Amino acid sequence: MTVLRYSRAADLAEAVSAGQEARLLGGGTNLIDLMRKGVERPQHLLDVSRLPAGIDETEDGGLLIGGALSNAALAADPRIRAHYPMLSRAVLAGASAQIRNMATVAGNLMQRTRCPYFADVAGASCNRRVPGSGCDAQGGVSRYTAVLGTSKSCIAAHPSDMAVALVALDAVVCLEGPAGPRRLAITDFHLLPGDSPEKETALAPGEVISGVVLPPSSLAARSAYRKVRDRASYAFALVSVAAGLRLEAGRIAEARIALGGVGTVPWRAARAEALLIGAEPTPELFARAADAELAEAETQPATAFKPELARRTLRAVLTTLAEDAA
Amino acid sequence: MAITVNGTKVDPPGDMRVSLLDFLRDDLHLTGTKIGCNQGACGACTVLIDGERVLSCLTLAAQADGREVTTIEGLAEGDALHAVQAAFVDHDGLQCGYCTPGQVCAATALLNELRTGSPSYVTGDLTAAAPLTAEEIRERLSGNLCRCGAHNGIVSAVLALAEART
Repeated sequence: MTVLRYSRAADLAEAVSAGQEARLLGGGTNLIDLMRKGVERPQHLLDVSRLPAGIDETEDGGLLIGGALSNAALAADPRIRAHYPMLSRAVLAGASAQIRNMATVAGNLMQRTRCPYFADVAGASCNRRVPGSGCDAQGGVSRYTAVLGTSKSCIAAHPSDMAVALVALDAVVCLEGPAGPRRLAITDFHLLPGDSPEKETALAPGEVISGVVLPPSSLAARSAYRKVRDRASYAFALVSVAAGLRLEAGRIAEARIALGGVGTVPWRAARAEALLIGAEPTPELFARAADAELAEAETQPATAFKPELARRTLRAVLTTLAEDAA
Repeated sequence: MAITVNGTKVDPPGDMRVSLLDFLRDDLHLTGTKIGCNQGACGACTVLIDGERVLSCLTLAAQADGREVTTIEGLAEGDALHAVQAAFVDHDGLQCGYCTPGQVCAATALLNELRTGSPSYVTGDLTAAAPLTAEEIRERLSGNLCRCGAHNGIVSAVLALAEART
C-alpha cells in the first residue's frame, strides 16, 4: 500500500470539500483489498464510515437510508424487512456477516468488479483498470462475467446484490457535491462500459453519496430476491433476480424486475416488465418475458449457461410471486 | 487516539497502513487471531469491534481508534473457557485449530445477533424471529471456512448454545 495519510471526516461537508484529492473510506472491504493488490493507490484516505447514518421516513411515505449505514443494519431494520423484503434479502445474500457489519450502503454502490483480470495488476490486461490495455476476460476465465450490457472493451459483471434490489425498487441516489446536492435515479448511477469502462458511475468530481431514497411502493411488501451461485452461501451471484408483482382482478398491474450476476450494471429488466403489465400471469407469459429480457445476451464459452439459468430463475421467482399474490 | 484491546488501552500504530490483524499479531503479540487468506475470503482473522464481528485483515488499525476490540484472548476468564470455547470442545468443533479463533469470535457475535432478532438469507419470514435450525447456523457462519471439515461439530456446538439461551 502506498497511501500516505488517513483522516476521519467530521461531517459530509468535509468529505465534499476534500474533493478528488482524497479517496473516501467506508467499510474498506473492497478498497483495502484493492490497495493491497495495487489496483487502488490513494494518497489520502478520508474515513466517512462514522458519519451519522440511519433510516428516516420521508414525507411521502418512503425511506431515506444514510450512506454510511452498515449493510447489516440495513438488512435488519424492521421497516426494510416488512415493507421492502427483496432489499433485506438481497443484502443478506451478499458477502458474509462480518463483511456486512463493515460495509456501508454508499460503499456497496461504489464497489468495483470482481473480474479476476481487474485485480491482477502484474499479469493481466484490463480496460477498466488501464484504459486501452485490452480485456483478458474475453476468451479467458469468464464464468462470473456479464452477458448483458457488455462491450468490446469490457464484460465484467457488477458484483452487488443490494444494488439489484435498489434498481428494482426505483431507488434514488442522493449526492452532495461542490455544486450542491442533486438526486439521480439509481438506473442512471451505474454506467454501461461502452468504450470507457473505467468510468463506472455518474458521480461528478468531488461528489459524495449522502444516502439512498426508497420511494413508497405498493408491491415491494410482497417482493422477493433469489440468488443462484456455485455454493450455497458466501459467493457472488451466477444469476440473481429481484422482483415484485402487484395483481389487480387477475391481471398484473405492476411489475418490478432486476437481474444480478448477468449485467455489467445492476440490470433493470424493462423488457420483461413491459410484457407483463396488463397480462394474466401464466407460465407462457413468464417464459415470454424472460426470453425477451435475455434475447440480446452475448456469452463467452464459460457463460453459455447463463441466459438459460437467468430465464429459469426469473420464471421461478415470478411464478412464486404470482401464486402468493393470487 | 487509543484502541481498547481486550480491555486495555493501546496507542494505534504510527504507520496508518497497518491492518488491525497485523497490529494485533505483530505489535501486540496477540497471535490467537490468525492470518488465513488476508483478503476477506476465509474468516480466520475474525475479531469483535464493539461486540460486532469484523474481518481484521480488511480493517486498518486506525479505523479501530476509539473502539473496543475483542480477540480470542479476551473471551476466556483466566483459565475458565468462554461458553463458546467450551461448546466447541464438547462438540468436536475443531481439528487442526487454525480457523478456531475466528470461528469462536464469529459464533459469539452470531449468538448476540440471534438474540437481537437479526434475520439471515435463509430465514423464511423476515418479519419473524429466525428458527433455531442447523441451516440457519450454517448460513450465519458461512464466512468462516474450515479446511479440516469440522463444520458439523461447529454447527452443533453453536446450535446447542443458541437452544440453551432460549
